[in-house]
Amino acid sequence: MNSILLAILLGTLFGFVLQRIGAADPDKIINMLRLKDFHLMKTILTGIGVSSVLLFAAMATGLLDSGHLSVKSMYWGVVIGGILLGTGWAISGFCPGTGVVAAGSGRIDALIFLLGGLVGAGLYTLMFGVLKSTFLMQPLYGGKTTLVQTGEYQAVLTTSPGWAVAIAIGIALIGIGAALPGNSRNEA
Amino acid sequence: MYWNWKKGGVMLGLTFFLAVASIKPIGVSTQFVIADGIIAAALDPTLVQKDEKAKSGYTSTNAYLNKSGGKYAKSVAKPMNYSFVFVLSMFLGGLLGRLLTKKKPGSPVVRQIPGVHTRRFGNKFILRYSLTFIGGVIVLWGARLAGGCTSGHMMSGIMQTSISGYIFAVAAFLAAIPTALLIYKNSGSRNE
Repeated sequence: MNSILLAILLGTLFGFVLQRIGAADPDKIINMLRLKDFHLMKTILTGIGVSSVLLFAAMATGLLDSGHLSVKSMYWGVVIGGILLGTGWAISGFCPGTGVVAAGSGRIDALIFLLGGLVGAGLYTLMFGVLKSTFLMQPLYGGKTTLVQTGEYQAVLTTSPGWAVAIAIGIALIGIGAALPGNSRNEA
Repeated sequence: MYWNWKKGGVMLGLTFFLAVASIKPIGVSTQFVIADGIIAAALDPTLVQKDEKAKSGYTSTNAYLNKSGGKYAKSVAKPMNYSFVFVLSMFLGGLLGRLLTKKKPGSPVVRQIPGVHTRRFGNKFILRYSLTFIGGVIVLWGARLAGGCTSGHMMSGIMQTSISGYIFAVAAFLAAIPTALLIYKNSGSRNE
């Protein structure tokens, strides 16, 4: 399929799903982070688990080529950047993707979040030349590393077959999601 | 009003799987850089230029746009690419989601100021907009330093059992939970 058509279909689907699970609602995000409402946490854990089980099952049966994977590198910037993202996420109730979706659904505060995001990404773009030679960018754990054997990437656990361990982790994530308390009264 | 966690989780999981199966894992935050680059290149046409020697065929005077053989420079020069159109389409998905949501009679179409904010600070629009602007700056600066955001690192990363995905998720939640508890304390527990 034409890749632009595919982008429109998948991007619209992703935005729609994020909106319908409540991820683009800052009340839902902030109440999850305040440990008051686990509905979204249950959804996210289930989502990661389901996608991981499907992915590794598809690779194990040869239906999917591991060339489709893209594992990101591990370095100090992931830790510091994660802390910063978490802080801004809690302040605003938006992350990059849900900010886009919330703006699309008509939220003005989300539109302002996106303007802030363009400023933040712009500042980083200007500062990268200085940052790139610092300790922040030094690879850790070998850079692009996975927990179980995943395609061509180096793995921490050499247990074979890797896909079976990955599927077990995926099922465990769904289990944790199911075990977390609570049905919010916002559900339908 | 929102999908229950079982339906929502299965739909979210299917979406991430479909994206990997048909092209590549979902990611969002890079496209903020591309959007900035498109704006900057319109103001300064020398920012991104064709260069047959570069791996991508494009080069930039900015070190970030120029990294990995000018990968981002190419996306800036050609915005009609998969990743950029994907993120633009998410606006449409958000709109469709809202239009197809059944509302209780009398409830607003879109709640403009979150309830947690109103209960903590009152109905202050300027403060809310200031918080989301500052939040946006920190979120995207951090996401670019980390090389990904909630979608790319947390969801797509953990899905592939990527070490960086697990560590990113732990770091983000360890910062986000105390921050939310501190800023939005006494905001009640209701999610109306």
